[in-house]
Amino acid sequence: MAKKEIRKELKVSAIENGSVIDHIPSQSVFQVIRILNLTEYPNQLLLATNLESQKMGKKGIIKVSNKFFVPQEINKIALVAPSATLIVIRDFNVTEKKQVKVPAQVEKIVKCFNPNCITNNEEMETHFTVIDKKELKLRCKYCEKITAKDNMTFI
Amino acid sequence: MKNKSLISINDFTPEEHIRILDLAEDFERRPTQRILEEFVVATLFFEPSTRTRLSFESAASRLGARLIGFSEPASTSLQKGESLRDTIRTISNYSDLIVMRHPREGSARFASEISPVPIINAGDGANQHPTQTLLDLYSIRKTQGKLDNLEIAFIGDLKYGRTVHSLVMAFCNYNTTFHLVSPEALKLPSSVKMHIKEKNLTYHQYTDLQEVVPKADIIYMTRIQKERFSDPIDYEKVKNSYVLKRQMLEGAKSTMKILHPLPRVNEIAIDVDANPMAYYFTQALNGVFVRQALLASILGVVA
Repeated sequence: MAKKEIRKELKVSAIENGSVIDHIPSQSVFQVIRILNLTEYPNQLLLATNLESQKMGKKGIIKVSNKFFVPQEINKIALVAPSATLIVIRDFNVTEKKQVKVPAQVEKIVKCFNPNCITNNEEMETHFTVIDKKELKLRCKYCEKITAKDNMTFI
Repeated sequence: MKNKSLISINDFTPEEHIRILDLAEDFERRPTQRILEEFVVATLFFEPSTRTRLSFESAASRLGARLIGFSEPASTSLQKGESLRDTIRTISNYSDLIVMRHPREGSARFASEISPVPIINAGDGANQHPTQTLLDLYSIRKTQGKLDNLEIAFIGDLKYGRTVHSLVMAFCNYNTTFHLVSPEALKLPSSVKMHIKEKNLTYHQYTDLQEVVPKADIIYMTRIQKERFSDPIDYEKVKNSYVLKRQMLEGAKSTMKILHPLPRVNEIAIDVDANPMAYYFTQALNGVFVRQALLASILGVVA
């Protein structure tokens, strides 16, 4: 078992310092990169999709050197890839490992899907209450309409 | 309720709704009282609405408050591109309470976060219009003597009608049976039905208006708007099926009343107006008393 783990890790080389986002649904890897603005990231960025996973069949992984995500960014990851695990690496060692969590309140990061919502027409921040964590449904504090997973875009 | 903004019907508890209705009764008995003489009320209508604005202004005037504001944005700095944030921040310096209507959904909630003085939402796009809901509650309690255990029929555009959504939600507190009559394309959204189910209440859906007439304590009519249909032929097919005519009222309960948020187009035939069941014009008058109760309690003059 331990041996197999090592072989799997080798598919994406280890990083010395930074963050690993593991257990991302394969189809969401590029979306995670996009919403975290990692396309312009100046340091080492390693990624893989369609890796075998006991837990989820196929999975993706992203390793970001010298990057430690702030809560705002972790919330974004949770909205796109609720199954993801976030691992903090220092000196090649795992110093922290946690499952991301869909927050109860989502502030600033999601755009309201309603074009007539005041948040899309005034310089202001958005604010949603998560009313369904599983299906991912967010109720806008302002227009009270529901932004769901399918029509969710990020700021 | 002092200094509390009213943006959404659920901002006030059911107990606070009842308190407003009780106060409105007092104002109906004595509509002219100069209890708000020291206050300035601003009515900001970023979108025209004659009825709602005049009803608020009448309510405030009868209580002696002074009024400032505008009835359409054309004559204001908005035309120059001023943000809502700046408009509210400025006008809240000039007034003790702001009544506002705005075409964007969520605008009133946002204004209440900016403004140091309380806001009453007089309609934010297709979202909320809580003072309409309170005057509907008042009208129903007044005509039926109670709010509990009523059979309420909602007719017409149940999908887009915000007054229907808010009123259904308010009545979820009162063991109501809902009769929902609409064309297939304009049924009550599932997000609203969810509230009915949460309270374990019953609703029945119909496409035939005549069927609900004998069952209802209240018939709440709404207008079906042509622009809601993508196919004009679909509109032509249904437009006359949701028109209430005098002869249809024969089997109705004698205590039944017909409500309508107005303006009416053709969904209630003129010959219904003379029937004692027609209540929609009195309903509009009740709006003044309910708004007096809101102004007085939010400004802290009555508790």
